[in-house]
Amino acid sequence: MKAKIIITPKKAVLDPQGKTVQTALAHMGYTGVTGVHIGKYIEIDLAPGTDKAAATKTLNDAAYKLLSNPVIEDFKLEIE
Amino acid sequence: MNFAVLQFPASNCDQDAVHAVRHFGHAARLVWHKDAALGDTDVVIVPGGFSYGDYLRCGAIARFSPVMQAVKQFADNGGLVLGVCNGFQVLTEAGLLPGALIRNRDLQFHCENIFLKTAANDSPFTSQIPAGKILRVPIAHGEGCYFADEATLAKLKTNNQILWQYCDANGNLTDTANPNGALQNIAGICNEKRNVAGLMPHPERACEPLLGSDDGKWIFQSIFAALKNKTVAPAA
Amino acid sequence: MTEPDITPELVAKHNLTPEEYAHAVEILGRTPSYTELGIFSVMWSEHCSYKNTKPLLKTFPTKSPKIMVGAGEENAGIIDIGDGIAIAFKIESHNHPSAVEPFQGATTGVGGIVRDIFTMGARPVCAVNSLRFGPITSDVGDDVRSLKLNSESQSLVTSTPTNKDEDAQLKNNRRLFSGVVSGIAHYGNCFGIPTVAGEVYFDKTYQGNPLVNAFCLGVLRHEQITRGAAKGVGNPVFYVGPATGRDGLAGAAFASQDLTEESAEQQRGAVQVGDPFMEKLVCEACLELLATGCVAGMQDMGAAGLTCSTCEMAARAGTGIEIELDKVPQRAANMSSYELMLSESQERMLIVVHKGREEEVKRIFDKWDLPWAEIGIITDTGHMKVRHGGKLVVDIPAKKIADESPVYQREAKEPAYIAEVKAFRLDGIADTTAPADVLKKLLAFPSIASKNWVYRQYDHQVRDGSVVLPGSDAAVIRIKTDSLPVMSAELAAKVGDPTVSEKLIAMTVDCNGGYVYLDPYEGAKAAVAEACRNLACSGAIPLGATDNLNMPSPAKPELFWQISESVRGLAEGCKAFNAPVTGGNCSLYNQSPAGPIDPTPTISVVGLIDKPEHVTTQWFKDEGDAIILLGDAVDQADPIFGLGGSAYLQVVHGKKNGSPPRCDLEVAKTLHSTLIGLIQSGLVKSAHDCSEGGLAVALAESCISQLIARETPRLIGAQIDLSQIKDVRLDALLFGETQSRVVISCKALDAVKVVERAKLMGVPAAQIGKVGGDKLTVKTAGGEFSAPLTELHDAWWNSIARAMA
Repeated sequence: MKAKIIITPKKAVLDPQGKTVQTALAHMGYTGVTGVHIGKYIEIDLAPGTDKAAATKTLNDAAYKLLSNPVIEDFKLEIE
Repeated sequence: MNFAVLQFPASNCDQDAVHAVRHFGHAARLVWHKDAALGDTDVVIVPGGFSYGDYLRCGAIARFSPVMQAVKQFADNGGLVLGVCNGFQVLTEAGLLPGALIRNRDLQFHCENIFLKTAANDSPFTSQIPAGKILRVPIAHGEGCYFADEATLAKLKTNNQILWQYCDANGNLTDTANPNGALQNIAGICNEKRNVAGLMPHPERACEPLLGSDDGKWIFQSIFAALKNKTVAPAA
Repeated sequence: MTEPDITPELVAKHNLTPEEYAHAVEILGRTPSYTELGIFSVMWSEHCSYKNTKPLLKTFPTKSPKIMVGAGEENAGIIDIGDGIAIAFKIESHNHPSAVEPFQGATTGVGGIVRDIFTMGARPVCAVNSLRFGPITSDVGDDVRSLKLNSESQSLVTSTPTNKDEDAQLKNNRRLFSGVVSGIAHYGNCFGIPTVAGEVYFDKTYQGNPLVNAFCLGVLRHEQITRGAAKGVGNPVFYVGPATGRDGLAGAAFASQDLTEESAEQQRGAVQVGDPFMEKLVCEACLELLATGCVAGMQDMGAAGLTCSTCEMAARAGTGIEIELDKVPQRAANMSSYELMLSESQERMLIVVHKGREEEVKRIFDKWDLPWAEIGIITDTGHMKVRHGGKLVVDIPAKKIADESPVYQREAKEPAYIAEVKAFRLDGIADTTAPADVLKKLLAFPSIASKNWVYRQYDHQVRDGSVVLPGSDAAVIRIKTDSLPVMSAELAAKVGDPTVSEKLIAMTVDCNGGYVYLDPYEGAKAAVAEACRNLACSGAIPLGATDNLNMPSPAKPELFWQISESVRGLAEGCKAFNAPVTGGNCSLYNQSPAGPIDPTPTISVVGLIDKPEHVTTQWFKDEGDAIILLGDAVDQADPIFGLGGSAYLQVVHGKKNGSPPRCDLEVAKTLHSTLIGLIQSGLVKSAHDCSEGGLAVALAESCISQLIARETPRLIGAQIDLSQIKDVRLDALLFGETQSRVVISCKALDAVKVVERAKLMGVPAAQIGKVGGDKLTVKTAGGEFSAPLTELHDAWWNSIARAMA
């Protein structure tokens, strides 16, 4: 069982990495790119048979408290 | 006066903070991150370094160390807490200071001397800084760009919580003088109660002329003065 | 697990010659197992055994009354600096891995050298590095192209890159440069060690074969010296640090091979990944462990991982060692004995503990949340025995494999190009008519330009000990009480008051590879002389040196000649300056299909400054100060007047030719001791030596190199009068690289005294100007030129940032 968490920078926050990659893509000739945002992807292995609802609640909490910084990041959690 | 300097795994500037405090003739000791109590303490310094390798986010893991509970209590009771560089990052992650520190805008680590303008002289960390004096202090960080949303920035301004800003040799808040893109050239702030402060520059590296600058001493002198004037010692 | 059969092809793949293999069989008395073959392969690789260079290395001066641990004994040399304190230092290379993966190659290079220091029981307190890459700008022509003089404006015109291929090369060089610098910054900063000095050179010879030499220095009390010997039969052997994976498999063998596209691709999996956070924890834990007194011997697992450390520790002590691979922490599944013995996973240490004191390892390593495992025991058999899955897979006499590694006396033959170099003259090279332009061009030349783009990425002030930061001739750090490792209870009781008086240590790393290519003996001598000259400019007297020989293949006689002549020059230089070699590193086979690199024997010299007042920096201080040149302006006995191998010849005329400037060691010694004497008398306000770019560059740098803070340089001009020097080419006077010259400044009132004193000591000296104004103005016998400081500063300070933008 796996939990997948995608963490992205809030729109208002400066993302120099994203900007740099956007420039690099343009130099490589890729047109039509209007923005690049760089975040993090975290995969958490869960013991088989874990209760999905309980895990969702716990991991949402963990994502809010530790895995992301709500001042500058948003996150999305998926459990499969 | 007893200074407690926290020590997380890979805090690198802990010894430097101890050295600086002792240089001024006061007592300082290291407090291991797993300790749940601070002991007899007047000031807590959260030092610079790369606690937990800066993994996940700078200071994100350190803030959950057992000792941080004691620090939070200490701060709630009015105790003085100073976060330097990584320490500033730990304090923002822990919610003891507002905002966050993100990657330098040019994506490079910057180790260089910068100039600081003191934006508010009425705090235990800035009271002794001579009016109008520009401090020359070193920075060394890759993630020192201060960020906070509009509402928070407005509040910081209203409450006079911005303590230091990057400036040029003449005290002007220019973009060139800003090494990392911090909003409003913010280098350091304090909380509403003015007992917890954080700054990205390293005052402990600027206490002896032999090392290039002793402007950092004004920040320490301010803390010493504040402690002298305190009538109630905060609970340990 | 079944191991493959030993075949001649397998032996060859392991880079062992049939003779070497036969010797291995003789030592074992039977055919080796696959794992044993791997072990012989790495232990007898050039990197671990120095088989091609041992006879040469024996010619280094390695003794002095202050040396406590000498060359060849342990992981690093140790020198006494007084008051019961000593310094441990060494330089090491990580060239081949950096060519493949620059960030990780550089990262692990730093990690490796830092471990070599704390494995001796010393606390690492600073780092230095020497880096070389292919060109990152196109302003140097090869022998075919050159800068043209625009007949109208009389200014120099750069030729632009004419083909896509060169453009791709530039991009690749920039990528390697950027990756290596980031890697060093990442590791040093996170570990918490200031990187305080270095050098960076750009030359076509290093294209595709960058050089990354990393130096580290640590401090300890005499009693804290720890040896890497497996002492005490019956003592348990501990493994501490992260789990073992497949990183860097046979990295030592990889380092001993030529770099081709194929070898690079195959070895991509071989590049080790470093974790500075882990290393910091391991370092602190080890120093704490040493303070308990429970350690009988300790060695880091560097090149050849578990193999080298177990073998060498047993060999040094004359004991045997037995380990069980099942007990080794593993992070990959199904690792074979071969893989476990040869893996170069980073940040691991091998510790022999006094029997009965195992608890202390567990306590301390648990405190720091670090993995540990008891994996073996010390025996009296003299054999290194390894078991895996119940089977004995390795049984080798430790001393024999360590001490009976092959040694080769290679053939040396002077190459044909040397005669050409010696014959080179300046006819056909027009003297300069645009000295201000040339000066700007040289200041902007990346090998000469300010390296601030590099060192601003390094934390050079952590540990509160950096007295002279990057940007002057030598770095100076101070050693204070908290620089030392924590003491054991007995030592603390013995020492009483732990406070130590502060000590000032200066260090620098130098080598002009071009000089060495053109004349290996003179070029190597010049490298040592330059390092000692840089120290003298800071007020420091040399204590010792560590060398990193970055060389091509020893198999070709012409190339081996370069190696042996370089060593001859280094040895003589180190002897003359009383800077014995305490250890070092050899990196051979630095060549690619494009050809071998210039022989580059990097030398790092460490010195001691007596008092804080003696610490001297290179920039002019006050308006009105006198500027004095110590040393002969031009070596008149040199038929090419110090222009051989000069940056000027390369950048302006596109030539890399001519015998490099002669280095007279007696003249150099006299200059250095005189300069230090003047500094110690309080007469010298600034001192900067002449090297690449010559006198004009040294003068310009003295005017523009002081930095107050970010974007805030302090520029201070100079009016120079060299018109007394007649009958000499202007370019030789301004840009020639004649050895043993230093530009100093002093109070105007002291000028006469300084000149007289220098002359009395046998050093040519003359006041050549005054500090002041916002320009550098130079009057010569033929005319005068001047340049605004802001222009000179902009060219020098921003050149590399512009190339890397």
